[in-house]
Amino acid sequence: MTDVGAAFMAAIGLIAGLDAPLIEIVALSLQISLSAVAIACILGLPLGAAVTLGRFRFRHSAIVTLNALMGLPPVVVGLFVYLMLSRAGPLGALGLLFTPPAMIIAQAILITPIIAALSRQIIEDAWIEYEEQLRSLGAPPRRAVWTLIWDTRFSLVTVVLAGFGRAAAEVGAVIIVGGNIDGVTRVMTTAIALETSKGDLPLALGLGIILMALVLAANAAAYTLKEAAQRRFG
Amino acid sequence: MHAAPSILPFVFDRVSYAVGATQILYDISFELAARTRTVILGPNGAGKSVTLRLCHGLLTPTGGTVRWAGAYGGDPARRQAMVFQRPVMLRRSALANVAYGLKLAGLDRAAREARARDMLERVGLAPLADRPARVLSGGEQQRLALARAWALRPEVLFLDEPTASLDPAASNAVEEIIKAIDASGTKIVMTTHNLGQAHRLADEILFLDRGRLVERASADRFFKVPATAEAAAFIKGELP
Amino acid sequence: MSLARRALLALLPFAALALAMPAAAEDKFIVVSSTTSTQDSGLFGHILPLFKAKTGIEVRVVAQGTGQALDTGRRGDADVVFVHDKVAEEKFVAEGFGIDRREVMYNDFVLIGPKFDTAKVMGSKDIAASLKKIADAKAPFASRGDKSGTHAAELRLWKIAGLDIATAKGPWYRETGQGMGPTLNIAAAMNAYLIADRGTWLSFKNRADLVVVVEGDQRLFNQYGVMLVNPAKHPHVKQERGMAFINWLTSPEGQRDIANYKINGEQLFFPNYRRAGS
Repeated sequence: MTDVGAAFMAAIGLIAGLDAPLIEIVALSLQISLSAVAIACILGLPLGAAVTLGRFRFRHSAIVTLNALMGLPPVVVGLFVYLMLSRAGPLGALGLLFTPPAMIIAQAILITPIIAALSRQIIEDAWIEYEEQLRSLGAPPRRAVWTLIWDTRFSLVTVVLAGFGRAAAEVGAVIIVGGNIDGVTRVMTTAIALETSKGDLPLALGLGIILMALVLAANAAAYTLKEAAQRRFG
Repeated sequence: MHAAPSILPFVFDRVSYAVGATQILYDISFELAARTRTVILGPNGAGKSVTLRLCHGLLTPTGGTVRWAGAYGGDPARRQAMVFQRPVMLRRSALANVAYGLKLAGLDRAAREARARDMLERVGLAPLADRPARVLSGGEQQRLALARAWALRPEVLFLDEPTASLDPAASNAVEEIIKAIDASGTKIVMTTHNLGQAHRLADEILFLDRGRLVERASADRFFKVPATAEAAAFIKGELP
Repeated sequence: MSLARRALLALLPFAALALAMPAAAEDKFIVVSSTTSTQDSGLFGHILPLFKAKTGIEVRVVAQGTGQALDTGRRGDADVVFVHDKVAEEKFVAEGFGIDRREVMYNDFVLIGPKFDTAKVMGSKDIAASLKKIADAKAPFASRGDKSGTHAAELRLWKIAGLDIATAKGPWYRETGQGMGPTLNIAAAMNAYLIADRGTWLSFKNRADLVVVVEGDQRLFNQYGVMLVNPAKHPHVKQERGMAFINWLTSPEGQRDIANYKINGEQLFFPNYRRAGS
């Protein structure tokens, strides 16, 4: 059997076995990435809207910067967070290094620019449509921001998914700040990296297949929901 | 209805407006008083919509001044509303669309809900109160936009070609609502390029052509004895 | 929006973090920075549950190269360091970053190479001569190049072979800059020779055409040492629990459990703790 075939068999075996450590790893991956997405949305959506509505001097630079930050290398983010959270770093006293919260922080930093930059484009399109109406109704800028975010919520689902996909798929940052500790900070991607380094390539790829299936399922669910909601709310 | 001091009269003083090198309005002056229904009439491209937006404060003139000369001491923006040619419906229920404006006006939840329901009743949308606004028909959406604006109890309501995208039946319903708003004491300022509609709704006509205020007259006079050749040509249907 | 609501929104991220905290809040654990060889070989998977069953202390292993693992200890991000580079370990202790270093166990390095053996070194008991032959033949050689214990050992062996690898290296000598596993993967793909620790080799699955070509030379000895990160430098170090782990590793019981770990009947690590003065 080919390696890829063996990988599929491994993936099927893992899923069929409903291995407890596997479930733990999947659950931790979801917990971390979803928390990171939540934080990134809380920060990124208003940021994206603020850049849209803002009439400040460095607006163009802000847009360019946001777009560029979408390509933040995970390993750089990981290093940065590592140095911040290390006992020898400024936030060392928190004792967060090699814990799930450190991984959430790293992923949130990684995807906040993605959420902000992509939502800015969507919110900007909505603003073109809404601007006169909202100004006529006397909506102050901050209220307008929330209105735009709420009214583009179905399109923003796609943005959130993009953030989730990136968070769930990255390994460079979480392996540095999490340490890939068995049962504590081991997530799908770091487990894949570990199995690769052990030379168990079919198992590594099998885990990868499960990861992709999860992301695919999340996308399918969100897309279905979005379509249904859009039909319902126009 | 408006016991408080009025924001009217409104003064348009030697206003001009340009976008880049393109001059859109030339040196326009007029004054709007209470109680009359003013229709800004003219062919496409005359500058009607721009004039209305300057009145409402959505645009700032590049020359001249606009001012609310009444005794009202607060922010005049609070006492006016506008309905656009293509209504912008928020992605929420019809009721919530009306309530949204009321929330911005500072009403508490119970008061907004009560008034919003009342307004939907008045424009005949009560049965659709909980329907998402964006799935309503064009005519229903425009009635909802009218309800949203009317709910604010503005002293002046600006309407920009409110029936231009509607079929005759829907247009008719909108015109009836405009009359009701007028009857409730709100001053109507409306643009149209539709002669019949101007005839039905106007007390006075401001006739614009190619960025200039060509003629101002009572509706009766304007349609019977237009003072200018341009107005006469437009009435005869020679201008688009 | 009201000030209170804004403040609440600003706090939300931290609330989300707090939700994720319980995992970290449970305090009965220590962080051990160790090497990929001890983890990838499965040794920790074997001994840590035994230690936890006895003491209730959870050991969280961060597996890195020896150089990086010592660095993690130096920054105070681990309580215990468990690595295999005696020179670097003694320097670590001398600098005051670690205390109570103890030698726990050993295994050996092996020279791995393609079974068709381009440099004709198969079966030799002389690692120095074998490396010399590889260099002379310019046969592909994969080096960790990551300041790990294995990397340090490899550099030492080149020196013993009489080569200054810094000047002798050519396109045949490839530094992967990665851990033992990835380096084995790379070597398997290009049929290169490499120095590996036996533990990782035995548990490594993607061998392709690689086999052990040289083993059994005294100089391939691979000593593992454990030490506590100095609480005087890093007051938050969990001294009591860290020492409990170190004491257990060097206890007759811990030593026996290390010896009991086998892959396919083959023992991977040989306990050799001797009391002070060893």
